Amino acid sequence: MDSMYVHIPFCNRICTYCDFNKVLIKNQPVDEYIDALIKELGQYDKQHLKTIYVGGGTPTALTVSQLDRLLKFMTEHFTVTDEFTFEANPDELTTEKLDVLNHYGVNRVSLGVQTFNNDLLKVLGRTHNFDDIFKSVNHLEKIGLTNYSLDLMYNLPGETFDDIDMSLKYVKELQPKHISWYSLIIEPHTVFYNKIRQGTMSIAGSLEEGEKYDKVIAGLDALGYPQYEISNFAKSEYESMHNKTYWLNEPYIGAGAGSHGYTGSARYYNIKPVTHYINNMNEQGSVVKEQLELTKNDQYEEEMFLGLRLNKGVSEVRFNEKYGLPVDAVYGDVLKKLTEKNLLKRKAGHIYLTEAGRMIGNDVFMEFLL
Amino acid sequence: MNNMERLKRQENIRNFSIIAHIDHGKSSLADRLLENTRSVEGRDMKAQLLDSMDIERERGITIKLNAVRLKYTAEDGEEYTFHLIDTPGHVDFSYEVSRSLAACEGAVLVVDAAQGIEAQTLANVYLALDNDLELIPVVNKIDLPAADPDRVGAEIEDVIGLPKEDSIHASAKANIGIEEILERIVKDVPAPAGDPEAPLKALIFDSVFDPYRGVISSIRIMDGAVKAGDKIRMMATGKEFEVSEVGINTPKQLAVDELTVGDVGYISASIKRVGDSLVGDTITGADNPAEAPLQGYKKMNPMVFCGMYPIDSAKYNDLREALEKLELNDSSLQYEPETSQALGFGFRTGFLGLLHMEIVQERIEREFGIDLIATAPSVIYSVDLTDGTTISVDNPAQMPDPQKTERIQEPYVKAQIMVPNDYVGAVMELCQKKRGNFMTMDYLDDVRVNIIYEIPLSEIVFDFFDQLKSNTKGYASLDYDLIGYKESKLVKMDILLNSEKVDALSFIVHKDFAYDRGKAIVEKLKKIIPRQQFEVPIQAAIGQKIVSRTNIKSMGKNVLSKCYGGDITRKKKLLEKQKEGKKKMKAVGSVEIPQEAFLAVLKMDDD
Repeated sequence: MDSMYVHIPFCNRICTYCDFNKVLIKNQPVDEYIDALIKELGQYDKQHLKTIYVGGGTPTALTVSQLDRLLKFMTEHFTVTDEFTFEANPDELTTEKLDVLNHYGVNRVSLGVQTFNNDLLKVLGRTHNFDDIFKSVNHLEKIGLTNYSLDLMYNLPGETFDDIDMSLKYVKELQPKHISWYSLIIEPHTVFYNKIRQGTMSIAGSLEEGEKYDKVIAGLDALGYPQYEISNFAKSEYESMHNKTYWLNEPYIGAGAGSHGYTGSARYYNIKPVTHYINNMNEQGSVVKEQLELTKNDQYEEEMFLGLRLNKGVSEVRFNEKYGLPVDAVYGDVLKKLTEKNLLKRKAGHIYLTEAGRMIGNDVFMEFLL
Repeated sequence: MNNMERLKRQENIRNFSIIAHIDHGKSSLADRLLENTRSVEGRDMKAQLLDSMDIERERGITIKLNAVRLKYTAEDGEEYTFHLIDTPGHVDFSYEVSRSLAACEGAVLVVDAAQGIEAQTLANVYLALDNDLELIPVVNKIDLPAADPDRVGAEIEDVIGLPKEDSIHASAKANIGIEEILERIVKDVPAPAGDPEAPLKALIFDSVFDPYRGVISSIRIMDGAVKAGDKIRMMATGKEFEVSEVGINTPKQLAVDELTVGDVGYISASIKRVGDSLVGDTITGADNPAEAPLQGYKKMNPMVFCGMYPIDSAKYNDLREALEKLELNDSSLQYEPETSQALGFGFRTGFLGLLHMEIVQERIEREFGIDLIATAPSVIYSVDLTDGTTISVDNPAQMPDPQKTERIQEPYVKAQIMVPNDYVGAVMELCQKKRGNFMTMDYLDDVRVNIIYEIPLSEIVFDFFDQLKSNTKGYASLDYDLIGYKESKLVKMDILLNSEKVDALSFIVHKDFAYDRGKAIVEKLKKIIPRQQFEVPIQAAIGQKIVSRTNIKSMGKNVLSKCYGGDITRKKKLLEKQKEGKKKMKAVGSVEIPQEAFLAVLKMDDD
């Protein structure tokens, strides 16, 4: 196993678009959660990992001492050789917390910026504002943690093309190493979802969304951040190793409430509600809710629709090595059809999306379901 | 059995049907009659025993017939043999109804004590009277709060002429009046006439195909007798077979030694397809044939046609096999191969009516697992060409150019609509909109009106019934008969997607409505056809002339954006859902069209 995801399901405020597993931190048994999480982590063998990603929720919602306790155990039990990422909210990344992260070897921060427009930040229900973004970046640079990523969003309610220009402008100014720039998805069980259903809010249709996406890709490319995955952009050498684990369909540990993990032959996920997670860990000594064994066909499908998210695409040699048969044996007809439609390209042993294909990635991925 | 015994038995046979509108309680009454006689063991009872196909149960209608033998000991101490012959409950199958009524001497007329007589019931009453049946009126559901049995009894007297004192007040649900109905069947329904020594004459009133035994036909013996080993001849087709088994339904099939005058049962004779044992045909002895067949045989011709295409063109042969199998059991189903530029290889398929069409399509999808695209249904147009010849056109795409057309005639029906008088205006408005000609209007009683219109069949086919129901809050009932062909000013409307004519979307429309329909359909299609990768113009055209156009904007973006903390399973589920939606679409050229689009022409008046 090379990678691990650790989930911290607490937030100081719930964002209006978020459907991740999270709860308001107020009155939550956070210390008990850390205890349970440490127990879960302890159940895995001590090992070297190439990447760890601590996400949420908001990991920076933890107190300094909680962070210290968690990171102390994690770094004693696991050795991170390459990339150790922490998600952080700009207004919560205090010098004290940053010192703790730095102390335990966190070498990459994913900063939840979302947008530079204060009005839109309010709509999103974020706790930070424009100034906080710069303050937190200052902190990062001061401490020498220059490998950080900006987490951005587009197609927000009321957003204009100027807002994207503004984000591009500040990307140029800040020079982060990496950008994730996701299109807003309206998920059920969110404030946004309900508002849109009631008709009190709306977002642009897929046409405008497509144009914005084009602008994001071209704008970042011009700034020296070529796209390497559907929603991810990086300066050379700074592509996220951890996220590539997912897209290259490699195994990873998932720890914490509601986390998903992958053994290479099965996918599993943990109990979601925080208190159930804690109780199960304390009483049963296990928090895995369900484990689904994958069939060969499941594996082929996932290999393709995950790998195709990367601009580099799916390596035919890797496919053959992993599954013992050429990709054409499974997908010959599909590949032929999609390349004829100019949605896919095959070159130098790789299969990848064309620009047209990327715009309608889901329609392409769908074809790989067996 | 010797002849005396046969004649004695004949005296105590009673053959009858139940005539009722949907929901007026036919099936419940049948169940009650079965329970109150010696026919079915209680543990064998399934609710609504006579409706046997899944689709029938789901839709609450009977498509395939059944006949059951019941034994009843009457108050006079004699034991009687009842044959209850079921009738299908839909206008598409009115010929089958007439044949099953022809197999009876009497009918129990069931009318809902709150609803009163409906159009379909009346139509079947007329069929029963045509067949000289003795009618026993039953006012059912008298235990319901809204029941008004006296009013309904009076209505039966006014409309049908059966004295209201003759009506039995009953509730099949609550088991009220059932004994009285049984006694009246004994007293009022005549014993069957007929000569057991005359040459065999048996009426076929239903045929079903059994994969192990071949066709099993339901028959009523009018003259003579038949037993296993007899050589028989079908009088309409002239085909001869050797009887392998005769029997009765109890309702389970039970083989018997012979069937003789008055008997209702089944016959099997290694017949390979129902087309060789047609409903309405007369079975006679091959060695001692009757001189003339029973009256009333006619070959049923389909009235409504549509193109059926497999969504996956590789399933063409599967579709043909499915149709072949269904045809074994359905002599009114017709099909022949057809090619559409848009949809590829498929079949032009003919049906008795819309319900018949829907049932066949549903069975193909459900029982044979073939996803279908079906084009909008069409009637048969009679087209006189300028060169003096006349052709029949059952596919709008094949309508000749206007320059080559002298005149076009279309089938008309006489539509009988019964409705409370509050809705007369709504009904007339609808009929007018559907190019109907008003004929007459009668009050059945203080509140109920019987309205007669002549309407083009194509308009009935196009969503008429649904609109009638919604415009009258469900109160109206409809029955119709084909009355012949009339000339109409019709034109063919073509639909172009991406500047290419999609033959499967062509339809025939009256000239006066052409522009509005053209406009409505392009707008409708714009809503139905999902955005494609490029902008797609939709045009409606008559000949070379574009009547209306609009564009389907190109699709924007469609990417599952975020990787949900490694939740790949969820991602896959979303893709699967998307794929499921796409399965129902057919690629026409480079445009993906959902099934709905082909029926858009039917439902244009919604908005």
